[in-house]
Amino acid sequence: MSSFFDDHFAIQRHVMPIVDPNARQVMKVCLTAAAMACLAISPAMGAAAPSTQSRAEAVKKVPMQDGKSIYENVCQGCHMAGGKGAVGAGMYPALANNPKLEVAGYPAAIVINGQKAMPPLGEYFDDRQIAEVLNYIRTHFGNRYTDKITAAEVKAMR
Amino acid sequence: MGISRRALFNLIGTSAGSAVMYDAMLALGYAAQSDFSRPIKLSGDVKGSSVLVLGAGLAGMTAAYELRKAGYKVQILEYNDRPGGRNWSLYGGDEYTELGGNTQKIQFAKGLYFNPGPWRIPHGHQGLLHYCKILNVPLETFCQVNYNAYLHSSKAFGGKAKRYREVSADFNGHVAELLAKATSQNKLDDSVTADEKDALLKALKEWGTLDKDYQYRKSDPVSNVRGYNTPPGGGIASVPEDSDPIPFKQLVTSGLWSSMHSGQEVGHQSQIFQPVGGMGMIGKAFGASLNGLIRYGCKVTKITQEPNGVTVAYTSRSGDTREQVAKADWCVCTIPASILGQIPIAVGAPMRNAINSLSYEASIKVGLEFKRRFWEEDDRIYGGITYTDQLISNIGYPSSNYQSSGGGVLLGGYIYGNNAESFQFAALSAQDQVKKALAQGEKIHPQYRREFKSGVAVSWHRVPWSLGCAAAWTDENRKKNYNALCAIDGRIVLAGEHCSRLPAWQEGAVLSALDTVQRLHKRVMSSR
Repeated sequence: MSSFFDDHFAIQRHVMPIVDPNARQVMKVCLTAAAMACLAISPAMGAAAPSTQSRAEAVKKVPMQDGKSIYENVCQGCHMAGGKGAVGAGMYPALANNPKLEVAGYPAAIVINGQKAMPPLGEYFDDRQIAEVLNYIRTHFGNRYTDKITAAEVKAMR
Repeated sequence: MGISRRALFNLIGTSAGSAVMYDAMLALGYAAQSDFSRPIKLSGDVKGSSVLVLGAGLAGMTAAYELRKAGYKVQILEYNDRPGGRNWSLYGGDEYTELGGNTQKIQFAKGLYFNPGPWRIPHGHQGLLHYCKILNVPLETFCQVNYNAYLHSSKAFGGKAKRYREVSADFNGHVAELLAKATSQNKLDDSVTADEKDALLKALKEWGTLDKDYQYRKSDPVSNVRGYNTPPGGGIASVPEDSDPIPFKQLVTSGLWSSMHSGQEVGHQSQIFQPVGGMGMIGKAFGASLNGLIRYGCKVTKITQEPNGVTVAYTSRSGDTREQVAKADWCVCTIPASILGQIPIAVGAPMRNAINSLSYEASIKVGLEFKRRFWEEDDRIYGGITYTDQLISNIGYPSSNYQSSGGGVLLGGYIYGNNAESFQFAALSAQDQVKKALAQGEKIHPQYRREFKSGVAVSWHRVPWSLGCAAAWTDENRKKNYNALCAIDGRIVLAGEHCSRLPAWQEGAVLSALDTVQRLHKRVMSSR
């Protein structure tokens, strides 16, 4: 394990003739405590921490709002332009002319929870965005399912 | 205390150093180092038992190598027309066709390459290093942390990048000053004894380059750490000019410090290696050592098992495309779960559920070839990584052929993980991904446009044989499904990075294979 401790004590051995063999451990504990204390006492550090937290923990949503933009900026990466899908060693199902889209709840559940290789995407969209993209897919690419799923229905499925 | 674990580790790491952070992470159950201790030995007479290995990536080839050595009859089916799997490098003249049919023709000059997948081998990854050694794969140093590379935020310092060394020195200096102040004002007395206090103050002074008053100030010693405005020279006009530290408030709110954490993780600490000539050299060497055992261009369509053996149906991707079968006593399947979940496989519900529970991470890497090594000639950056808050996240400089003529290939972007921004980048065409990498990279290196020669982008969700970069385990799913994924089901057992606690690392694939073949061998020996 390389760290500034190793380097530091190597340097200190030149300048300080006595280094307690336990010093390294003591310093570790000591500096950990100091770092913790620093978090608690320093206003500047204290101010930095919550913003770090929100950056790390608030899940960023996809910014696009209408169904077409959401499809082209997210879904299309795998399901391809025109919803035509793709086949290799595995495949991405075509969304074009897909009878499984007839009941909107089915694709809604897959978008929210994922399925096999497809990651769960629910947390990256709000309810309205999911409804928008589903309604877009279900009325494009040869699909003609004109009954709309609503944001409230998506919400109920989460 | 209202702070996330990651933020806490970041702060401990950046303020107290990696060793303290590592201890803290270990205490809280984080961080995974390779548990490889020595080469395995499978002893006993296997009496002609046969094993069919699916996939000639690192896991499949490690398994095949050891099983053949133990006396098993081994055959491997591989989808691609090359060995290696995600261990892969692209060279000038190569072609890559992604899902959807877009083909990129790699234009790089001779000797240049790009690693779309893994690019570094930490010193702790002893399993992979063992096979590099016995396969005679020459290694060289991979530079991870380069103090002369940049840290960049489009929201700080007017978008002007800072050198890593300036941020590192100033962050340490300011934090040391703060801690020293708190210590002297007796604010740490609950945590620090009088003896420790003296030692701590000494340490802070040295660590943070503080002056006699425990302050971090413009000075020759500070310039010696963060760099000079005018460095010392020879002869008469050689007086050095000290540089000005970045004020603490600006530095801490810039967020630049957050990029320093990466180099402190166990897998990123020196020493790190790369194979000479590209990461894919390992797969090539492995493939050559298993010459004759691997059947390339085979798409597995069905995996069945009976009480006495395993039958795998597959189709050849060229020529006669009628379904064929391969049979063996046992099967080691290293097909990624993303693909395996789409193949009928005769295993019980626990393993099947485990396979189906895994989604795969997004990852996009962009390789940019430039006519001139301007990062070396103009910026004096030799290897290492520049970090930015833009989508491209990383600019990786080649850790080889320093100062050579004939240009070089940068990692122009490395976008990782399932999140809103990765998905948007992944939805771009490969050509647009290259364009985006150029547009963002030139904010840091204005030389980009003038020196650009060619580019390639690999989005792992569009890689036809993996549908993603690596298994996206969550702690919850690991508790629920990991053991079932790794268990032997009748005559079938899985291996790969997805069956390891080092996901996305090549070492995970190797360790998983070693664990799998040892358990399988034990089963074989006890079943006769």
